[in-house]
Amino acid sequence: MLGKDPSKSRRLTVAHDEIIGITVDGCSYEARLGETVLTALRMANGHVHSFEFYPEKRAGFCLMSACQDCWLWHEDGRRLRACTTRAEDGMTLVTLLPEHC
Amino acid sequence: MSTTAVIIGAGPAGMAAAEMLVHAGLHPTVLDEGGQPGGQIFRKPQAQLQRPLEKLYGFDAARARRVNATFASLRSKIDYRPGIQVWAVGNEILHLIDDSGSSVQAWTHLIVAPGAMDRIAPVRGWTAVGLYSLGGAQIALKAEAAVIGRRVIFAGSGPLLYLVAYQYAEAGVDVAAVLETGHPFAQIARLPALLSGGRLFARGLYYMAALRKRGIPILTGVRLQEVIRDSDDRVTALSFRHRGMEQVESCDAVALGHGLRSETQLADLLDIEFSFDAVQRQWLPKTDQDGRSTASNIYLAGDGLSIRGSEIAEASGRLAASALLHDIGLPAPSKVERDRRTMRSAARFREALERTFAYPHEEVAALPDDVVVCRCEGLSAGAIRQTVERCGEADINRVKAFCRVGMGRCQGRLCGAAAAEIVAAASGTTIESVGRMRGQAPIKPIPLAELVRSRP
Amino acid sequence: MSAMFDIAIIGGGLAGCSTALHARLKGASVILFERGRCGGQASGVNYGGVRQQGRHPAELSLSRRSRTIWGSLQQLIGTDCEFAATGHLKLARTDVDMEDLIAHQALLGEHGIHADILDARDLTRRFPYLSGRYAGGSYCGEDGQANPRLVAPAFAKAARALGVVIRENCKIAVAEQAENGFVIRPADGSPAISARRLINTAGAWGAEVAAMFGDVVKETVMAPNMCVTEPIPPLIGPNLGICGGSIYIRQAAHGSVIFGAGLGVADAQALRARPLAEVTLEAAAAAVEMVPHLRNVLLLRSWTGIEGRMPDGLPVLGASPTVEGLFHAFGFSGHGFQLGPAVGAVLAELSLDGDTPTSISGLAMDRFAPFAVPAP
Repeated sequence: MLGKDPSKSRRLTVAHDEIIGITVDGCSYEARLGETVLTALRMANGHVHSFEFYPEKRAGFCLMSACQDCWLWHEDGRRLRACTTRAEDGMTLVTLLPEHC
Repeated sequence: MSTTAVIIGAGPAGMAAAEMLVHAGLHPTVLDEGGQPGGQIFRKPQAQLQRPLEKLYGFDAARARRVNATFASLRSKIDYRPGIQVWAVGNEILHLIDDSGSSVQAWTHLIVAPGAMDRIAPVRGWTAVGLYSLGGAQIALKAEAAVIGRRVIFAGSGPLLYLVAYQYAEAGVDVAAVLETGHPFAQIARLPALLSGGRLFARGLYYMAALRKRGIPILTGVRLQEVIRDSDDRVTALSFRHRGMEQVESCDAVALGHGLRSETQLADLLDIEFSFDAVQRQWLPKTDQDGRSTASNIYLAGDGLSIRGSEIAEASGRLAASALLHDIGLPAPSKVERDRRTMRSAARFREALERTFAYPHEEVAALPDDVVVCRCEGLSAGAIRQTVERCGEADINRVKAFCRVGMGRCQGRLCGAAAAEIVAAASGTTIESVGRMRGQAPIKPIPLAELVRSRP
Repeated sequence: MSAMFDIAIIGGGLAGCSTALHARLKGASVILFERGRCGGQASGVNYGGVRQQGRHPAELSLSRRSRTIWGSLQQLIGTDCEFAATGHLKLARTDVDMEDLIAHQALLGEHGIHADILDARDLTRRFPYLSGRYAGGSYCGEDGQANPRLVAPAFAKAARALGVVIRENCKIAVAEQAENGFVIRPADGSPAISARRLINTAGAWGAEVAAMFGDVVKETVMAPNMCVTEPIPPLIGPNLGICGGSIYIRQAAHGSVIFGAGLGVADAQALRARPLAEVTLEAAAAAVEMVPHLRNVLLLRSWTGIEGRMPDGLPVLGASPTVEGLFHAFGFSGHGFQLGPAVGAVLAELSLDGDTPTSISGLAMDRFAPFAVPAP
C-alpha cells in the first residue's frame, strides 16, 4: 500500500496496489501500476510540462487525448502523451528539455 | 464485390454497429484509439485499479456489464484493433498509426463513431494546474482511481455537471459546490419535453437531490469569474458572481464543462458535408435519419455525429449498420423502425436539454480581453477581437490564419467554440456565418519519429 | 456610363495586391477584383521562403529587386509581415552538387547577390543540428523567410488605405477589350467597370484569364505538400534547401518548424486542394533525415494550396504579345512568394510607363508559342 503520502487522499483505494518507481526531472516518485503517466505526475511533481510562450505549469486538462496539453518527454528525448501512456517502473521523464532552460 | 466494413470507434455506437454487422455475417474491422472498448462513458480502469462496477458506473452498471458481455461475444468475430489512431484519410483508405508505426487500412464501407469531448467556455485562469474538464474529472475517478483534488468545485452546465459531482461525492471527495451557469429550474415551459426523457431526467433529479442531501450547495445562474492560483499555478479558489454578489470559494481543483461537442475532424477529412445545428451551436456532419452521410458508403453514429447521449448512441450505431447492410443488399434487421422511433422521441428530450443547459455564448462572446481563449498559443479574447477589427475578418479560418487561434496542439478542439462566438460578436455577424475550423491531417499530433516508422 | 479606371487587376494574390499598391503610388486610379479573399490562395498557404538563391537566371533581376522591397516593407505597407533575413542554406549532397553551387554563386554575384560556399566542416561548425551527410552548401545571408498568410492582405490593406478599390468575393463574368481599353463585368451583376489597362494576376487561373483575350498558354496546377510542427526552442536559423532534393525546412520565430516536400492534389476548377498522407510521410522522413532532432517533435498539421505551373517552371511576366494594354503575371510554379512584391512594382511600371528597368525578358509569354498578332 502507498505510505504516508500527501497525495494518498486523491488516490482511491483499490483491492491491491502495486507500487512502481518513476523519475521526473531527476526526482524519484512512487506511482501505482495501472495508472497513466498523467495520473502519476499529478500525484508526484504536480505538473506535466511548462508552457512555451510564458512561464506557466500545465498538468493536462481532458484526460482523453483531446486537449493535447499533457505531452512531455522521456529523458532520451522521445515524446509521449501522458494521458494515453501507462506509467512503467523505472521510467525517467522530463517536463522540460535541457535546451528549454 | 466483397465488403470491407471498417468501424472507427469502439464506444457504445461503434460496438452496437459491430454487433449488428456481425449478426448479418460480416467481419468488420473495429479501430479504436483507446486500449479497451467502451468509449469514454464505459471507460474501464486497468486491472490493477479495478473497483466494483456499481462504484464505477452507478445506474449504468447494468449497461456496462451488457456492453462488456457484448464485446466479449464479438471479440472473435471482429478484427478488433485497439490503441490505433486514424491520422489521415486517402482514397478509400485510412492512414493509421500505433506503437508499431504507420500503416493503412482499406475500406469499402465506413462507420465513423469517434464520440465527443467536453465543450469549453473559458474562464480567467482556466489554464491553472488542477482545473480539468468534467469529462476529465470523471475519467480521473473512473479509470484512474485518482480524483482531481481533495476539495473540488464543479462548474459549468449540463447533466454531466451533476453526474460527476455526485460521483465524486459518493467517492468521498469534498465537493465544495456545484456552480451552474444556467437557470435549469426556471425552464418551466420545457418541463414536458424534459420529462419525456423519462429515466434520464429522473436520474438528473436524483443526482441533484443526493447532492443537496449531503449539504453540497448547488447554485444556479452563476457567472464564473476567475480561477485563482498560487505561485506554482495551482488552483486555490474560484471566484464567481451569484445573485449580484461576488463570492470566492476555496478549492484545490475545479471540474469545468458545458455539455459536449462532437469530434468532427475525421468527417471533415472524409469530405462529408456539414450543416449548422443552431441548437447545439456547432457545425455537424449531414446525414439522413439512419446516419448515411453525403459521402458514398460512409455512415456516422453516436456523439461524434450529434450529441445525444450514450443510450441513443447505441440506437444510432445500429441504424448506421442497418443502412450499411441495406446498401450492400442485405436484408434490413427487424429493429430498424424501433430504433428510428427511439431516435425521434429522444430528439425532443435532447433539444430540451440543450436549451435548458445552453452554452453560455453571450458570456463567452463578452469575455474580458485578458482571458485566455486559445490555451495552446496563449491567445486572449482581446487578441482575437483585435484581429477581427484590424484585419476586417469575420471567418474563423481567416482569423486563425492571422492570429493563430486554433493552430496549436489541440487543433481547435478547446478554443474553437469560444473563438467562433467571439468572432461573431466582434464582427457583428451570426455564429453560423463565421464558419468552422476545418479538420487537417494529422487528426491528432504525432511525433515525426513515429510517423516515419513503418509497420513490419 | 461605367467608371473608367487607369488600371484594373484580376486576381488578389500577392502579385495583384502589390501591383495595386505600386500603381496607386504612381498616381493611377486602380480597381482590383478577387473572387475570394485577397491572399486566400497560393499567396497565403505557401512555404514562406524568401530567397534569391537557387533561382533560374531569368528570375534573378526580379528577385534582387524584390529583396529590396522585402527589406522595406515596414515603410511601404506599415508591417514587416514577419520577414526575417535568417539566411538561406542550400545543401549539397555530392561534389557535383558543390560545383553547381559554385557556378550559381558566380551567377548570383553578377546580380549583386552574395553567397558563401561552405564545406562539410563549416556545416558542422555553424549548423550542428544538420545530419552529417552533406558535402557542403551555399549560404546566402540576405535571404530568409516571412509569414505568407500576412503579406497579400497587408498589401491589400495598404492599397485600400491609399484609395485602391478592392472588390473581394467578386468573380468576373466577362473581361474583354473595349474602346479605350477594357471592360469588366462582375458575375454578381454589379455595374461593369472600364479600365485603360488590364493586369492579369490570376495565379493558377491566369491562363484561363489570358485565354479570354486569345493569349493561349498551357498552365497546370500544383499543390506543394506543406507540414508544420509544434513550436520548439530556436534550433534552425536559416531557411534550408537541398540540391536536387525536394525537402525544404524553416523554423519560424514562433518556434514551429515548417517543412515541405512533394505534392498533394489540386483541383483548380473546384477550388480545392489537399495534402496526401503518403507524401506527408515521405516529407517527414526527409525532414528527420536532414535535421535528426525533429524526430521527437510533433507534427500538427498538413495543408496545401493551388499554384499555377508553367511547362518550363518559370512564370509568365510581361505585356501580352497580342493585346495592347494587357499585362500578365502568373504561373509562378511554386516559387512566386519572394518575387511577388517586385512583380507588382514591375507591372505598375510596364502598364503606366510602358517600360521597366528590371530585366524580365526571359519570362515573356511569347517564349511558349508563336503568337499571331491580329491583322490591322
